[in-house]
Amino acid sequence: MLNTVRMSKLMNSILKRSFWILGILLVCLSFSTGLASAQSPTPSDDQVNAIARQLFCPICENIPLDVCPTQACHDWRELIRQMLAAGKSEAEIKQYFVDHYGARVLSEPPARGLNWLVYVVPPLAFCAGIFLLFMAFRTWRRTGSGSAAALVSDPSMPEKDPGSANSQGDAASSAVDDEYAARFEEQLRKQR
Amino acid sequence: MLANFGFGVLVVTFLLALFGAGAAMYGYFRKEDRWVESARRAVLLTFPLVTLVSLSLIYLLVSGHYELRYVYSVTSNDMPTYLKVTALWGGQEGSLLFWSWLMSAFASAVMLRRWDRDREFLPWVAAVTAITLGFFLSLSLFFENPFARWWQTASGEVAAMLRPVGAIPFNPPDGAGLNPLLRHPGMVIHPPMLYLGFVAFVIPFAFAIAALVTGRTDDRWIRLTRRWTLWAWLFLTCGLVLGMWWAYDVLGWGGYWGWDPVEIAALMPWLVGTPFLHTVMIQEKRGMFKQLNMILIILTYILVIFGTFLTRSGVLSSVHAFSQSAIGPMFFAFIGITMITSFGLLIHRWKDFKSEASLGSSSMFSREALFLLAALLFAGVLIVCFWGIIFPLISEIITNQKITVGPPFYKRAVGPLFGLILLLMGIAPLSSWTYGTLKTIGRAAWKPAIPAALVLVVLVLTGTHNLFALIGLTLIAFAVCVTLYEFGRAVLARGRSSAENVLVALWRLVGRNRRRYGGYIIHLAMGMMGLAIIGIELFQTTTQQSLATGESMQLAGYTLHFDSISQFPYVDGRTVTRAVMSVYRDGQYLGQLYPRYDLFPDGQPMTIPAIRSTLSDDLYVVLVNWEDTSASQAPFKVYHNPLVSWLWLGSFVFIFGTLVAAWPDKDPALAPVIVKSAFKTAGAD
Repeated sequence: MLNTVRMSKLMNSILKRSFWILGILLVCLSFSTGLASAQSPTPSDDQVNAIARQLFCPICENIPLDVCPTQACHDWRELIRQMLAAGKSEAEIKQYFVDHYGARVLSEPPARGLNWLVYVVPPLAFCAGIFLLFMAFRTWRRTGSGSAAALVSDPSMPEKDPGSANSQGDAASSAVDDEYAARFEEQLRKQR
Repeated sequence: MLANFGFGVLVVTFLLALFGAGAAMYGYFRKEDRWVESARRAVLLTFPLVTLVSLSLIYLLVSGHYELRYVYSVTSNDMPTYLKVTALWGGQEGSLLFWSWLMSAFASAVMLRRWDRDREFLPWVAAVTAITLGFFLSLSLFFENPFARWWQTASGEVAAMLRPVGAIPFNPPDGAGLNPLLRHPGMVIHPPMLYLGFVAFVIPFAFAIAALVTGRTDDRWIRLTRRWTLWAWLFLTCGLVLGMWWAYDVLGWGGYWGWDPVEIAALMPWLVGTPFLHTVMIQEKRGMFKQLNMILIILTYILVIFGTFLTRSGVLSSVHAFSQSAIGPMFFAFIGITMITSFGLLIHRWKDFKSEASLGSSSMFSREALFLLAALLFAGVLIVCFWGIIFPLISEIITNQKITVGPPFYKRAVGPLFGLILLLMGIAPLSSWTYGTLKTIGRAAWKPAIPAALVLVVLVLTGTHNLFALIGLTLIAFAVCVTLYEFGRAVLARGRSSAENVLVALWRLVGRNRRRYGGYIIHLAMGMMGLAIIGIELFQTTTQQSLATGESMQLAGYTLHFDSISQFPYVDGRTVTRAVMSVYRDGQYLGQLYPRYDLFPDGQPMTIPAIRSTLSDDLYVVLVNWEDTSASQAPFKVYHNPLVSWLWLGSFVFIFGTLVAAWPDKDPALAPVIVKSAFKTAGAD
């Protein structure tokens, strides 16, 4: 009994260790491949655009850097290319632009200080709406369960949509389900 | 001379609008119908007058009167006549006048209707339309005068109506010309459509205010304005789609919607108008949610003005532009006053506009409950949009730092909400008024859910692994199947009962209840558009490469072979640089594409993408004018946009559906009465 417990503990620690080793290996591997790609002679347009797309031109309004035709943006894309060639990471390049031109170059403001409000207010407002609706539904249901049941069991209820009550053929289309439709058609036939 | 005439008529119209508003209210409070009648005629007269003003300006534009600053800024000698005419809405001053023109058309049209039955609404409809018109005319008159002349003074040129002291008239031989980006058919029709949508929403709002003031709590105002609202919605949607088409076709960034504040400003009234179209049905059928409908239509009106304000005041580029522009504060004040008075009125009447039917008679999955939920979801999208536009302004005011709230923010927030709206679009047609549970919905939904589930299975089997795409496409499939199921079931029922053939049954079915089936057609259109949105949002791929002639590039299974590039002048003075590319797929030649960019004499570049469009995907090629190009080497940016065509196709279906729903009845007075009496027998509990 004791042995099996000890064995399982041992196994666990071995597993854990191997996981760690594997993890470290993976990280090293990704670093080395990352470096390898970063050191390639000239980064391609696609590599540049992948970063430029996430940045907004500090001069022209609301135009992502990858499609902005101004000379300034052209220069900034070249800058990205040089930084990529120098082995800078995406985060470092973005940070460089933020440091030089302010947070407005990012397509979304960093969630710091006042900018928290960007992310907090819409969900809060929406949740408030859901809450209000939920409360309305609850009172709605509590006060109305009796009459709703009455309506359903009432066979004289003609159809769900009174708007089409003036046209006999239409009425069939608006029935809740087939059974109901059949019943209603039957009624119509009798009326005729 | 003509400029003076135009300006003079503008002054007269402004005074007439003021008189109309005043006389209408005076007549209402003093209960003197002749004042109301006088107001009606005054508003009626505004349309011919503003038409005179606009025609004067159009004449000045076409005949090249560059001594007027506006004419100078938007036209030039080399522009064709039709573009000179459309330059009426090519700039700030002209587009404000154009707004007034359309507003006066709608105001006059509504004055022409037979008022014998609903006379008590008349004074307030006249007053609201006249005040709105008066406001816009005042902007043209005092701040953005399209007839202002150029004057040469010691300190340079100024624009003014009257000669400044010591100035001499300045008459340039040629104008600056319309921004080339705006010389596109999409941009030529986009503003009129959008503005038509905007001003048409003023009419239901005017009736709503009339109902609030007079305390007429029934749904008459809704019935009277149902078609106006539908037309407004049609124009607004067309305006939005045309804007998208223009952006896709001209701007050359591979998409049609960039979550630009200007776009969002135009979308916001739509986000309120759409649920409004649905919730008014609850009021008509069940006498419920009167207050909600009031809130929605007031919001729509405010957002219409707000949208015009955002795009016209320059506030979006910087809060400082707002304080510099003269019309910004005017708009701000007008929006504030409108908000206070309309919501004040609503609060004042709050109790009178309580629901007729007891809320208790509806259950959680009844159609009215689902409509309410949909309205909430739309409100969620609206909040996201509003906050995304407004927050950068707030941030700039408080921290003096500009920030960007860009596409990722909107996409993340709006995506799930639109997904839920799609789900509701599927469920709601299956629900019934008053009563509904998960069980009744389930029982109605399982049949259309089967093909939707099949779509999901096929998607998974064919290698679609994007979770959002799977959810979105399945929801669209479900909504479309439900709609088709509703059509099919009703047609079959008709066929069974009256032995009509299928087409006749379908025709009669839609004809008998055009509102419902028009709506369903619109739902189908929305499904098609949703398909396009999912296609481009989730599956767009792009690459950029610089090619030498004879080289090729690959994207999404296509091979683009760069054949040649040439540069030549065009008659209107622009220099065209045009590349020829051959497109292959799986080794098979598909045709040639000609991406190009034009350089206008004033230095303005314009990128014109070449698009190969099929139902399954678009190949969108841009000759990148912002990188170096030579006779043998050119940079290309290629986008593969799956399913985009469905957006344009869907918009045609949408127009058709709206026309089906909005086309006037032979006897419009009759239908609502029957509906009402039917409701009384059916819904009374």
